[in-house]
Amino acid sequence: MTSNSYSSATEHAHEPQLRGLKRWLLTTNHKEIGTLYLIFSLTMFFIGGTMALVIRAELFQPGLQLVQPEFFNQMTTMHGLIMVFGAVMPAFVGLANWMVPLQIGAPDMALPRLNNFSFWLLPLAFSLLLSSLFMEGGGPNFGWTFYAPLSTTYAPPSTNFFILSIHLAGISSILGAINIIATILNMRTPAMKLMDMPLFVWTWLITAFLLLAVMPVLAGVVTMMLLDINFGTSFFNAAGGGDPVLFQHLFWFFGHPEVYIMILPAFGIASMIVPAFARKRLFGYRSMVYATASIAILSFVVWAHHMFTVGLPLAAQLFFMYATMLIAVPTGVKVFNWVATLFHGSISFEVPMLFTLAFIVQFTIGGLSGVMLAIVPADYQYHDTYFVVAHFHYVLVPGAVFAIIAGVYYWLPKWTGYYPDETLGRWHFWLSVIGVNLTFFPMHFSGLAGMPRRIPDYALQFADFNLLSSLGGFLFGLSQLLLVWVVVRCVRGGKPAPDNPWEGAEGLEWTVPSPAPLHTFSTPPEFIPERDSPSRA
Amino acid sequence: MNSLSLRTQQQGIRRTLWWLLLMLCGSVAFTVALVPLYDVFCELTGINGKGVNSAQVLQSTGIDQQRNVEVQMVTRTAAGMNWHFSATLSHKAVHPGEIHQMWFRMQNLGRTTGRARAVPSISPAEASNYFLKLECFCFNDQQLAAGEVLEVPVVFQIRSDLPEDLHRLTLAYTLYPQTGP
Ligand SMILES: [Cu+2]
Repeated sequence: MTSNSYSSATEHAHEPQLRGLKRWLLTTNHKEIGTLYLIFSLTMFFIGGTMALVIRAELFQPGLQLVQPEFFNQMTTMHGLIMVFGAVMPAFVGLANWMVPLQIGAPDMALPRLNNFSFWLLPLAFSLLLSSLFMEGGGPNFGWTFYAPLSTTYAPPSTNFFILSIHLAGISSILGAINIIATILNMRTPAMKLMDMPLFVWTWLITAFLLLAVMPVLAGVVTMMLLDINFGTSFFNAAGGGDPVLFQHLFWFFGHPEVYIMILPAFGIASMIVPAFARKRLFGYRSMVYATASIAILSFVVWAHHMFTVGLPLAAQLFFMYATMLIAVPTGVKVFNWVATLFHGSISFEVPMLFTLAFIVQFTIGGLSGVMLAIVPADYQYHDTYFVVAHFHYVLVPGAVFAIIAGVYYWLPKWTGYYPDETLGRWHFWLSVIGVNLTFFPMHFSGLAGMPRRIPDYALQFADFNLLSSLGGFLFGLSQLLLVWVVVRCVRGGKPAPDNPWEGAEGLEWTVPSPAPLHTFSTPPEFIPERDSPSRA
Repeated sequence: MNSLSLRTQQQGIRRTLWWLLLMLCGSVAFTVALVPLYDVFCELTGINGKGVNSAQVLQSTGIDQQRNVEVQMVTRTAAGMNWHFSATLSHKAVHPGEIHQMWFRMQNLGRTTGRARAVPSISPAEASNYFLKLECFCFNDQQLAAGEVLEVPVVFQIRSDLPEDLHRLTLAYTLYPQTGP
């Protein structure tokens, strides 16, 4: 750092305003970068969603209709990778970029140039990943968990590109996490203590630490794959003295915290929206913070619940079973707090609130099937069936994705200066709820009946459930076009929004004009904890 | 914001960056250490069923004539390997503490000389620390000319303190092709 870089956070205010493509390529503004992240995430959501619809179209009825099994495997793999690393994670980073500085009263992120770099790594990473579909031998086809030796000995030649793109996405996440932590810890408006921060900021702070801890493990795993494939090492190769089970341990040591990386910020969003539309302060602010931290810490000691069937010793199975069940306690605290916030509130049901309430109910369903999967003897039965698919889609789609959409509706007036269209929003909500549940609820039953994951064809007895899932999938997928329409209309115009568009909403982000000007809080805003803190008595 | 408080803020950010980088180095170091840690952990506990990969020392703790443990022999060749590989005896009842010898037969059915290595696995995994290989063909590579047949032994002892609830062990060998030096 040069000696005069202390002014880096604000110096771009004096730079000449760039236009066109260059403005977006070179921007260091947290709002513009946030918008870029969100647009990127939406694009990936539709690409990954199209792949999901290829899968659902093939599974519409038994037999092979549309695609070859090899291509089907590429679709399941790419769908998972794109949705996890390309859609959900960047959406949360985008929301953090937009809202964290506004919520803590900072003029920008702590490291604006690094911020630009971490964003632009992503389009590069995902163009690489998507291009592998067109390479000789096809793209990744080993499942999003890329278990060795499927992803080493038996992998297509394009796997090196897959590894590189995971590395790039990982570096982007790590840099983003560093930036967010540095911003939150140093750039809060004076008088805002940690325990005065909005919960979206808190959950992101904890998420960023999780990212910092586990993304290097992911990078390590793919590096070992690279060495095994190209340089004759045998980390995961039994023939050379390695151990394929080691891959699974390492992958899930990253993978389980990763699922919390994708859900903790969603908890934060729900904890912003529920109080706003119940017109009450959040019940149990402190316990929310402690619950988030406990979930994050526990996430490091439960990874082997994904591996109950590899032949773990009994003691290990018991430990991982109980540790996993223990996570239900802090999670239950959160759900309890949201419900207690609703209790005796004066609730109104605007679109952000509808999505948040659906999030709470549907996430809880996903949490409950998670507890079922934690039971070792039951897991022997459920392992690798559609029951698992139903479980993780419930926490991710009607869970995390619904929370992201809720956040978008909640903050859109601040971004564009207009309210999103209420009628269209309601249509979007109801079609999404019906579609998502029609897709994923029947998967519980096909899974319990024994339908395995990741197959392009299935036995006749699963036909009815799959028919429902496919119909629901297309309904849900197509109704997301409504979201695009709502957002485009909202950018163009609509009912003008005041600084604080929601009657019960609190927080510094609502003290700046709507739409938020490019530069806000060049002087730190006034913050009186007794009046403004979400944790005040 | 005046330039003084801005400067303290930038110093704070710099300090945070340093210890975040330190943390990151910590997680990278931890990742690198995970593989050797896993190997040591598995060797101590035997939970991956691999057992020890070199000749072990005979334990003279006496023979438990009262107990019979069935040892099963399972063989397989890796995908694409044109070798025949079998155990001369599929199972044998032994007393814990006794020393036994078993024979395996391998034949190169291909047209060229090949080299292979058998990788053992013992299940249930908790038995692997009680199964001592005093001599095993799996410690070395085997080189066979086209059509050549080789009979190879494993000499083993099951420790007499084998846990009471174990009545049957399976010793599985997978034959993998070896390339390179
Ligand atoms: Cu998990």
